[in-house]
Amino acid sequence: MLLDERDRKLLDLVQKSIPLIKRPYLAIARELGMSEDEVLTRLRRLKEAGIIRRLGGIFDSRKAGYCGTLCAARVPTERITEVARVINAYPGVTHNYLREHTYNMWFTILAPSPERLQEIVTEIKAKTGIKDIREFPAVNIFKVYVTFAMDGMGHAHGTGEGDR
Amino acid sequence: MLTELEKEIVKKLQDGLPLVPEPFAVLAAELGISEEELLAAIKDLKRRGVMRRLGAALQHLKVGYTANAMVAWRVPSERIQEVGTTFSNFPEVTHCYERRTAPDWPYNIYTMIHRPQREECMAIIERMRQAVGIDDYVVLFSTAELKRTSMRYFCD
Repeated sequence: MLLDERDRKLLDLVQKSIPLIKRPYLAIARELGMSEDEVLTRLRRLKEAGIIRRLGGIFDSRKAGYCGTLCAARVPTERITEVARVINAYPGVTHNYLREHTYNMWFTILAPSPERLQEIVTEIKAKTGIKDIREFPAVNIFKVYVTFAMDGMGHAHGTGEGDR
Repeated sequence: MLTELEKEIVKKLQDGLPLVPEPFAVLAAELGISEEELLAAIKDLKRRGVMRRLGAALQHLKVGYTANAMVAWRVPSERIQEVGTTFSNFPEVTHCYERRTAPDWPYNIYTMIHRPQREECMAIIERMRQAVGIDDYVVLFSTAELKRTSMRYFCD
């Protein structure tokens, strides 16, 4: 779908924050010079088109009591689809990318406890037979992205809201 | 830790904010609390940093950011803080983490860059390299996105 100027302005705003008030869409509408109805209609359309993946709370996994790690696996090319199916079946696997490296499959796991995290890694190794899976858990988080600038096809500006 | 009510609120908010004029009233009714109680609880989750924000997460492949480079840098331990801060100040860097190393994997700082073009990623990486004077790094371009979702908490 093609985004018009009003879509872009709306996306820029709703990525940053939806106000915690009784009529949040009305407040957004007033800021953009639209009606509340236009804001809701556009948001529904952007969501249906899959441009908005999710409109809701974005949480800090560690502060919600979860632990996680980045994993890197060495997967033979002909087994990628099948191995990815096993790995991606875990709800705690939130991201999985093929990357240009001998470690070619990079995925993240979140789990409610360190024990469960280890259990998932062990299970993945057992189910796939891939033994070479490295774990690179975060020691310190300097920055987590918040928004991708949409206004005028700008730049992916990560803001440092997740710093700690 | 989170209270049982807070966990229920997190579950509701990760499902999504209803696209109706009074979305919090709808969620509050589903939770069996008042709208005021719900808004106060959400503000508290935000104040404590459990919720980073209430907002939209975009499918960035659909908005043109197709090239994604993860760069793993080998930074001397005494420079981690300084280098992590310098990298974070690059607006194009969307994530910057320090991660555990291994004897055969000495890279400790990971930065993520999403751009429309691969060449742009390389130009930014070059500026980052010059800014910190570190030459030992590995660029990991993604060739396929196999999964990208938001975590669903308290459902397991």
